[in-house]
Parts: sequence; structure tokens; C-alpha cells
Amino acid sequence: MAFITANWNPLGEAFYRKTELYEMCWNLRDGLRDCLVAAAPYGGPIALLREPVRRSPSSRPQLEIYSASGVAIASFPWKSGPVVQLGWTVSDELLCIQEDGSVLIYDLFGSFKRHFSMGQEVMQSQVLEAKVFHSPYGTGVAIVTASSRFTLATNIDDLKLRRLPEVPGNTWSAGEVCRGILMSNGPELYILDTTSCTAVVPPGLGPQAGSIVHMSVSFSYKYLALFTDTGHMWTGSSHLQDKMSEVDTKKTTPPKQMVWCRRPKSQQPSVVLMWDRLLMVAGVSHDTIQFPLEDPCVLIGELDGVRIISSANQELLQEVPLVCQEIFKIASMAPGALLLEAHREYQKSSQKADEYLREIKEQSMLGEAVRQCVEAAGHEYDSNTQKSLLRAASFGKCFLTDFSPEAFVSTCRELRVLNAVRERGVGLPLTHTQLVYRQFYPLAIEVCRYLKIPDYQGVSRVLKHWASCKVQQKDLSDEAIARAVCVKVGDSPGVSYSHIAAKAYECGRPELAIKLLDFEARSGEQVPLLLKMKRSQLALSKAVESGDTDLVYTVVTYLKSEMNRGDFFMTLRNQPVALSLYRQFCKLQEQETLKDLYNQDDDHQELANYYVTASYREKRLESRLSLLQTAVDEYNKAKNEFSAKATEEEMRLLRFQRKLDDEKGAGLLGLSLQATMEALLALGLHKQAEQLYRDFRVPDKRFWWLKLKSLAEKEEWEELEKFSKSKKSPIGYLAFVEVCMKSNNKPEAKKYVSKVTPEQRVKAHLAVGDLEGAADAAIERKSDSELAAVLARCPASDRQLLDRLNRAAAAAAKK
Amino acid sequence: MAAHLSYGRVNLNILREAARKELREFLDKCAGSKAIVWDEYLTGPFGLIAQYSLLKEHEVEKMFTLKSGRLPSADVKNIIFFVRPRLELMDIIAENVFRSDKMHSPRDFHILFVPRRSMLCEQRLKEQGVLASFINIDEYILDLIPYDGDLLSMEYESAFRECYLENDQTSLYHTAKGLMTLQALYGTIPQIYGKGECARHVANMMLRMKREFAGSQNQILPVFDTLLLLDRNVDLLTPLATQLTYEGLIDEIYGITNGYVKLPPEKFAQKKQGEASKDLPTEPKKLQLNSAEELYAEIRDKNFNAVGAALSKKAKIISAAFEERHNAKTVGEIKQFVSQLPHMQAARSSLANHTSIAELIKDITTSEAFFDNLTVEQEFMTGVDTDKVNTYIEDCVAQKDPLIKILRLVSMQSVCNNGLKQKVLDYYKREILQTYGYEHILTLNNLEKAGLLKLQSSSRNNYPTIRKTLKLWMEDANEQNPNDISYVYSGYAPLSVRLTQVLARPGWRSIEEVLKMLPGPHFEERQQLPAGLHKKRQQGENRTTLVFFLGGVSYAEIAALRFLSQMEDSGMEYIIATTKLLNVPPARTPAHIKDSMHPSEDRQLLFV
Repeated sequence: MAFITANWNPLGEAFYRKTELYEMCWNLRDGLRDCLVAAAPYGGPIALLREPVRRSPSSRPQLEIYSASGVAIASFPWKSGPVVQLGWTVSDELLCIQEDGSVLIYDLFGSFKRHFSMGQEVMQSQVLEAKVFHSPYGTGVAIVTASSRFTLATNIDDLKLRRLPEVPGNTWSAGEVCRGILMSNGPELYILDTTSCTAVVPPGLGPQAGSIVHMSVSFSYKYLALFTDTGHMWTGSSHLQDKMSEVDTKKTTPPKQMVWCRRPKSQQPSVVLMWDRLLMVAGVSHDTIQFPLEDPCVLIGELDGVRIISSANQELLQEVPLVCQEIFKIASMAPGALLLEAHREYQKSSQKADEYLREIKEQSMLGEAVRQCVEAAGHEYDSNTQKSLLRAASFGKCFLTDFSPEAFVSTCRELRVLNAVRERGVGLPLTHTQLVYRQFYPLAIEVCRYLKIPDYQGVSRVLKHWASCKVQQKDLSDEAIARAVCVKVGDSPGVSYSHIAAKAYECGRPELAIKLLDFEARSGEQVPLLLKMKRSQLALSKAVESGDTDLVYTVVTYLKSEMNRGDFFMTLRNQPVALSLYRQFCKLQEQETLKDLYNQDDDHQELANYYVTASYREKRLESRLSLLQTAVDEYNKAKNEFSAKATEEEMRLLRFQRKLDDEKGAGLLGLSLQATMEALLALGLHKQAEQLYRDFRVPDKRFWWLKLKSLAEKEEWEELEKFSKSKKSPIGYLAFVEVCMKSNNKPEAKKYVSKVTPEQRVKAHLAVGDLEGAADAAIERKSDSELAAVLARCPASDRQLLDRLNRAAAAAAKK
Repeated sequence: MAAHLSYGRVNLNILREAARKELREFLDKCAGSKAIVWDEYLTGPFGLIAQYSLLKEHEVEKMFTLKSGRLPSADVKNIIFFVRPRLELMDIIAENVFRSDKMHSPRDFHILFVPRRSMLCEQRLKEQGVLASFINIDEYILDLIPYDGDLLSMEYESAFRECYLENDQTSLYHTAKGLMTLQALYGTIPQIYGKGECARHVANMMLRMKREFAGSQNQILPVFDTLLLLDRNVDLLTPLATQLTYEGLIDEIYGITNGYVKLPPEKFAQKKQGEASKDLPTEPKKLQLNSAEELYAEIRDKNFNAVGAALSKKAKIISAAFEERHNAKTVGEIKQFVSQLPHMQAARSSLANHTSIAELIKDITTSEAFFDNLTVEQEFMTGVDTDKVNTYIEDCVAQKDPLIKILRLVSMQSVCNNGLKQKVLDYYKREILQTYGYEHILTLNNLEKAGLLKLQSSSRNNYPTIRKTLKLWMEDANEQNPNDISYVYSGYAPLSVRLTQVLARPGWRSIEEVLKMLPGPHFEERQQLPAGLHKKRQQGENRTTLVFFLGGVSYAEIAALRFLSQMEDSGMEYIIATTKLLNVPPARTPAHIKDSMHPSEDRQLLFV
């Protein structure tokens, strides 16, 4: 306890400490020499392949998978080709990248899942180096071939290979994945992305620094470290905007590994470099910390430090968190340190406890002291240290009245869990999420419940994972598994039966998959798997049930390609929702099919509409007419008398227009009936216009309006007068007045004023600007609204008229 | 920027912020410089979520409109297509990708589907052989877009047409999804009411989605007490009538699109002395209309006849405020006056704008044509002579008035008469075909399918019963100081809003008979709340209802609902949501059916 700072090493402003996590459980005969090693971050598993490139066909290297504490999980002989690199995906799958560019994927327990290739061209030139990295899209792989061509895949679950442009000079000395590929060639640095290869200059790194022989980006991709052959290490932001430091390591051989060591809210990020027998921490200051190494080691960058794995043990190297520094630093007077001391004295029943407490309280820092102790406990690995810190916090809390216990409670909970999983048998020096993947189901469920993680995020995920493994058990019958899954999972929120069923189907158990799918509440989820299993009818009804039209479309297109046309149509017929969506699709994409659909349903009305629409796409009149005739027949079959007649009329009009166009070049084709008559009148073809008027039984009113306007427009006033007298106007005579006025012909307009009905007379007089007449008419009719209308138009100067109107208005009002 | 979204009862800015966050996250996923290729339809709605500045901050350097052919050149690393999931757009994208200059500068392609991914579209891209060219295909779930402090719209243009003509319920699926998102942010809505087939369908989907995600129960205190889903076809009458509120008239005459209106520039010319009046602006004047503008918020929902008085009152207040400067004697007083100047100047220019708009509108509303049209509408709504051919409509056809006007009137007559007699219907149809062309046989056919036009069946006309029970016609509508929602149409109280009003008090049970006469089922559902989330209501605290119009809502209806929210004794506040704000006269109900149904346009669609 007193020596808690014994393993602290100062570097600049900060301290670094190296804590042992485990003595490794494994027993490696040859240590880590000549091994390919990959360890997943967040305390993940370790994969080991001995002598990966030994090509003698007789010897098969062994691939071994261990937990972080070195407990064996799986082991099997490597039968495939030479391996260049191992790596872990975000979901703890093992990637083995072979020399020929193929990538084999295994699960945590060493069973083969699938493989993919990094491209054909790699086959010839072989992979020289490879890197597995994690991006926002998932897990990615980058490779470089012997001919210096880089290929990149940002997400192996949605594989899209990007072959990057050629590198200048076709050689390179070090590479790293960061905003594309960062690559050096001698002292020059380049960023290589899909489009180009751009030279970049790290600020403050002169050419005298030498060739860049090693580089490394930080866990968060925010920082970059470069190592040159003169032993200089440059650090800065990965955007290459600013430099942080440059340290002379006085080592001219490139390090075997170089890894960033920092934590969120780090005071000073630094880099850990490893040579054969030396481990060095170098940072902002010019000093370095050096640790001798006895065994070959592997460094694994973590979010908050670096794990160092050797054949014997595993250590965590990290920057001491500020709060721990404050509490444990020798002679620290920080409130947390005082509280810890106070509690220690209290346990010894010494009155000094009170003195310490008073000192904190005088500065009113007790809350801060408790907070510090709680936070520091969270950072400590040793459970005794954790305990003493938490006890001190709890002690301090007693003297506070309004201190929220939340942080304290949750820290206790989390620490209990972390300690449980760090236990050797589990061998997880970190968080709870990875638990599930290790098949420690009961523990995982307990953890979720204990941490009060909402069910759908915690327990359900555990159950889902459990069920997915369950269905792979070959020794159990379909019924037994389905029952077991159903009993355990029940209707836990957020568990996708489709997902479990998909697993079952993958393992070649379609019957089990169907059984499981029955439990799925989300109809939409079931569709893709049902399609895959060729249960397309079922897929269709599930898609319809989900309401997701896109899903329905998807199944429909699938069915269309799977079935013969007759069956396809029959299937749609039983699913009206799908049918109408398919119709929509056809309307836009396949007009011909649309017709067949209507035909099948004997939908004559829609067929007729279809032919009408089609007729408008035809340029030639004959084809147009024949389509319209078909439409007429269909309308008749649909007993739509009106539409049949109207369409016949249309054909008649088209023929008429064609005839006149041929005879007189009138340019009528395509005009509406009204427009045709208008055009005819404008051309002076009155007889033909009249003929249409009769043949098409145009209402008198409309024809009169048409003729009236047409004559006025052509200023044929005599004709107009004759027309007005031809019979009693069906549109009255106010129309005549107004149309004449519109053509600015007041004398003509006046001719019709007297013929206007009494109701409209005032309006007519006003229209021609005859105030006296309007006034007379209004007074005669004794209508206040009409009187008011005239009054409104009456100029104030005409006193006499005003008086008359006002009197009449008053009289009308009295009445 | 979007402060007006948070003024209301429900802070809709939360929704906007959530949408912005998601957009930023997507943009950051594509590292490096970017160009966005826009499905043009999306630019309007997106403008309400994020301005160009936000995009620019995330390295968006160029923006293009999606069109066929070759992509314009841009020196960027990423090309991102922002598109709706439509097959025809996929073909354009495929062409763009194919013809992109591979030798010169290969670029990363991405697709962002709005509002969600579509397997069908991805399949199409695959068939076209370009799917593999995309680094990243993602979706941006943008269903409900906040338009104002109390207004959400999906801006899903063809919802009405798809639901009622084509039996395509895609928009309803999006609606249900949008409501789920809304509930994730604002808590589970405990009560759901609805009227109409589509409403039923949406409610069913919501309930099922809730079951499917049973575990992810959110622990948010519910903001909305009630959700009311209304099918547009329950009330076809309201959108047919001419809106008479200030905002409604701006929309009727000039059309409001995504919160903006374009106005004839002449009225807004800066009159400066000594300047030649020759260079009048020719570009239409574009104004943003929302409640962020104090004056507009005050007058938008007034009956237009009350707007003049409001404007002149405002003018007096403003000039009085400017006069204050003469009273400012001490340095402190002057300083205070100066500090208020920007606000006063903004108020003054806002006043000038709205005075100009009001003048423009007044020219139209005082015209005889407007008056005659309104008279006929009101006759129909009060049930006068709805069973015979109307002379005014005949005259309008003879004058070749715009077809949309004719269709609105005829549809209105049909709705108010519960269908037209065969003779009358056929007469109108013939008139329309002969005057506007036979191709409109399809337009008419669609109107009949949608129920806007129909043949009177043997059953008696039930519109008068509906009108009387729901008090759809108020003889003495007070336009200046309204006491009833009927002021928005100067007498007619929108049916949809009446249904909403009755639901709040005394409840739908009182109008069972009428509800049965309207199309589609009516229903009530309850969603269980997790224990502890039941609201403890303060005395006198209002309840909040979300009214969702499936198939569109008119500005006058919005005004009527706002009026109800403000009524002191209503005890209810309304937030309005819709698939589409019905706007620009040609896009209103009957028309937007006609619009894309015009055969010549169908033709265009086919050969694009």
C-alpha cells in the first residue's frame, strides 16, 4: 500500500506505471520467438501461429487461440497456405491473411467461417505486408504486394476492394492506415487514397532527420509517430497540421514495434518503442523511460495504455491518471489524499483523523475529496487499493449531507464486474461486452442484470448469442433445439428469431430455421431468410404483413424471376396489396405487362384507360384511332356507356380534324372540340363550326359565348348584331355588353343595354358608364345593394344624382 | 436560426437537432472533400434542416442537381447522391457513374437514401452493374420535418394519389415510421384516435411496430396526450373551398413552397428618390414565411378581412416607437433607443412587406370573379341548388377558365350533394371533355376513383345532416373577432377540424351517427405506458393533441386548429402533422390528381 508509487516512472509532467495483469497460464515451449501474434484490443483473445512461412509440406504449423490470461481456447494445425498476418475483427473473429491474398475467417473457437480474396492480381505478386484495422464502417484490411501495390478494403463484411494508385518510384519503406494509406519512401511521406498519391510534409521534420523507417497512428487515429533511420522520433497530429515533439532515441535500428500510449484526457501522449531487449517510453519531453526486456514481447495498443505480452506474463503500461497522481503522489495535499489519510488514521482510532478531516472541511473540499477517491478507485487494478479508496470515500461521505451517491454506487458495481472478469479463468482484463462472445453466458447475464443494463441491450443480446450457438449443436434434434430456444428466449425484447433462424439455416438446418421463424414477431425480418430458403409465398405474405412496401416490391421482383408468368400472376392475385404495387411498378417500367394484368383480371375499365393512354403515345392517326376503338370496346364491356360514347366522339373529332387539315391546312389535329370550333370561327369557316356544334350537341350557351367572343375579336359588329337577333340569347345580353366593352366599343355595347333583363340592367348601364341610366334602373328596382353600387361609382360633384340616389336608398331602407 | 421551432408547446427543435446530428454523422463518415448530387425534390425540405453552411463545415464543396448524362467536374474526393428511393432516379445515378471520368480522377461514390434504403433500388443498381461502385450506401431517416413551432410535414408529394387511387401504402408506412421516431423523442402517445381506412392502417402498423420493439420502451415522459389520425378522404370538401385566411390566400394565389413564397416584384421595388424607375426588378421577390416573423405570426391566421385593421394598428405602434426618439433626452435614454433600433427597423420592413402583399391580395379578392366564385362555393356548402347544373360553372367552362377551377367547383358540388345525378354528372363531364380535351377522360376517371366526383346512389343525400350536426355552416361568422373556427372560410367550418374539436369535447360518442356517414372506420386505441410515466397534470394545464392529416392539410385548417389551441376554455393544444402541406393551387387535391395524369405528362414520364 505504502509503495503504491514504487512502479511509477516520471516522464515530463506525467508518470507512467507498468502493472502486471497476469502470469500467463499458457506454457509456450519456444516463447514468442518466430511467432505471428495477434491480440484483440479491449483485453481480447490472443492468436498465435508458429513459424508461419515455413514451407516444408511435412510440417504443419499450429494455430492457437488463447484468452488474454493465456487459457487455451482452441488449437488446430494450419493446413492452408503461408500466412502473412493475423488480426481480429471488431466482433472477435480471427482473420488470417495469406501470402496469395486470400483471407480466411475463423471464429473465436477456431471454427472456419468463410474466406475472401484481396484481388486477382495479388495472386501473382504475393502479399508482402498486411494490416487489419478498425474504421467507422467496420473492420478493414490493407495489403501491399511485393510489387508495391496497395489494396484496401474498409469493411470486410461488405467487401469492396480498392486498388490504390501506383506509388512513386514503386518502393516504400513504411506504411500505416490513416486517412487512406500513409506511406514513406526514404524521407518522403505520402498519403495514398483511391484517387491519388499526395506528398505531404510533417511540420518540423527536416530532411536531415533521415529516412522514415517506421510509423504508427494512435488508437483514436488522431496522432502519428514517425521513426527515422537516424534514431529520431517525430510525433504530431495525424492531419499533419502540427508537430508535438521530436525525440532523439539514440537508436539507429528501427524498433520492432512502435505503439502509442495515451488515455482519454491524457496530459501528454507518448509512444512506446520496442527493440529486442529494450522497451522505451518517449514523449513530449526529451527524457525517455527505458525498461530492459528479457523475453521477446508483443505490444497491443489499447484505448488507455499498452498491453505487453510475453511468454511469461502480461503487463499494462499506462500513464498514471491525474486523479491517482494527486492522491498517491508523495506528500500530496490534494483533498483526496487527505481523506485517504484521514480514513487510515480513523481505522487506527487515532484523533489525527479528525485533524485531517477538519483541514479538508475548512477548504470546503470534502465533496471533491470523495469524488477523487471514487474516481481513483475506478482506475486502480489492485483490489486492495480499490477497497481502501472506496472505504475512504464512504467515510468522507458520512460528513456530507447532500452528496449524490450515484457515482459511488455505480463505481462499486462496475469494479465488482471488472474484477470478476479479470479473474484468471475468464481472463478478460476489460469490459463486459466481450464476455458474451466467450460463451460465459450465465456470468454475462448476471453481469447485465447487475449493471442494470436495459434488457434489450444486455440480457437479450446474451440470449441471442446463446441461441445462435445452440442451433449449431449437431447432437440435438430440431424439436429439442426449437423448444430449448423458445423456453429460454421466450419473448425477450429485442431478440431476433430471424437472426437465430438464419444461423440454423447456415448450419444446414432449414427445418429448424422455419420452426424458429414462427416465433419471430417482426414480419419484415423474416422475409430475407424466407427468400433465401425459397419459401417465397410465405415471404410475400410476411412482407405484406409488415407494411413495408419496399419489402413487398423486393419479394415481387424475386417471384417474378423465379416463377412462370401464370403462377406469378396467380400468386399476386391472392395478395391484392402486392398486386397493386406491382401494377404501379409496371405503369412506370413495363406497360405491356400492365395490360396482361388487367386482362387477367377482366378489368375492362382499366384496360380501356390503358388503351386511351397508349393512344396518346402514338404519332400516326390510324394507330391512334385503332387503339381508341379498342378502348371503346373495352368501355362497352365495362358497361361504361359514357366513356364509350365520349371516346367515339373523340374519334369522330380526330377524323374531322384530319379531313379539314387535309383540305384547308387548318392545323386542327389534337385540339379540343372547343378549341377546334374557335379555330374554325377565327378562320371564317362558320359552316364547319356550326356543323360541329350540331353534330356534337354542344350546349347553346357555350356555343353562343364562343361565337360572341369570336365575332367581337374580329370586330365583325354587323355579324354580331345579326347573331344577337337570330334567336333569344341563351346567355342573356349582359354578356354582349361586356364583350363589346372589352373590345372598347361603347356604341356597340349600348345597343344591347336595353335588351338586358331587369335584374342585370343596373350592371349593364354601369358597364357602359351610363350613371343616369344605372341610377334610374336602380331606383326603379328599389334595391339597396344596387343603389349602393351606383352610389359608389357616383362622383361627389354630381350633387343632384347623389341626392336622388340617397333619397331612394333611404326609402328602400324604410321599407 | 430555428428558434421559432422551440417557442411552441412542444419543442420541435429537438426533432430538427436530432436530424442535424444524424446528417453530420453521415457526412463525417465520408472523409475528405465532397460534392453532393441532389434529387431536386429534396433540396426544399433539407433546407429546413440544414443550411449550406452546415454542409460546408463538413467539407461539402460542391452541389449539383441530379440529372442524366455526365456529372459536372469537381475536384473532390467523394461524390454523394442524396436521393429518394425511386427506380427512375437509380437509372440516372447509374448513368452518372458509368460516364464519370474514370481515368482522370477516380472518386468515391456514396448514396444516401431519404427517408430510407430500398432493396428494390439497390437491386436495380446491381442490375445496372454499378452497385459495387458505391463505397457506402446509407439511409437518412427524415420522415417528419418541422416547418414551424406547431407544424410537421413529410412533404410526401403523392401520398393522396397513391393511397386513394393506386392502393399503394408506401406513404403510410413512412408515416407510421415517422410517428415511431417522434415517439422515441417525445414519449409514447397514450391515446390514438382515427377516422378512415388509411388512419386504421397507420395505427395498426404503429401498434405492431411497438410490439416488435417491445423491449426498447422509452422512458420519456409523454409530451403528447393524444394522436388523432385523419384520412383526407373523410373530408374532401375543405381543401376544395377557397381559403380566406391571410396565409391561405397567399397560398391560393401565389403558392407557398417549403415555407417560401415568390411574389411579383413590382410592389416591392425600393422607391428611392431621383432614381430612374426603369430598372424594376424582374426576379420574383422571395420571402420566407414562418412564425419567426412577429408580425406574420400575428396576422397569418386571421381572416383576410381583419388583416387591414391589424396592419394599420401595427403601423401606428411602430411609428409611435420611432417617435420615442424625441423624448429621449439623456444619454442613457438615447442609448436605449438606439439599442432597440434594429428590432424596430426589422418590424418596419416586415410591415412594409405585408402591406404590399395585402394590397396584391386585395386586388384579387375585391374582383367580381373572386366574389362570384365564392358565392357559388358558399351556395354549395349551404346546400343551395346542389342537384342541378350550375350556371356559373357553365359560364366558367364557356370562358375557358382554368380547368382546375372547374374541377374544384364540380367536385365541391358533388361532395355537397353526396354525388350528382347521372344527367348532371354526364353533362359536366361532356362539357369538360369537349372544352379541355378528351384526354381528360382519365382525369375524370381518377376523380371518380378518389370519390371527389361520384354518381348519386339511391340513398338520400346525407350532407345536410352532416352539416347540421357538425355545424359546418355558421351564418354569422365573425371575421374580425372570431368566436368559432368557421371564420377561416367566412362561414364554413372545416369538417376535419370540427371532428377534432368534437373529439376533445364532448367526445365522438355524441356524433356516432355522423361518423358512420363519413367513409372508413373510426377507432380508439390505447398504448400502455411504463409505470411511472403517467403524467400528473397540473390544475388548468392543457392537454396536447397531435393531429395527423393523411393526404394533406390546407393552411386554413392549420389556422382553425391554431385558433382552437388559443381558445381559453378549450383546454387543448394542437400540433399539426401531415403527409404534405397542400399548396400552390394546381397541386391541391383535385388538381394534383389531374396534374400527373395528363396523358402528355404521362408520356414524358415514360420517355425520361
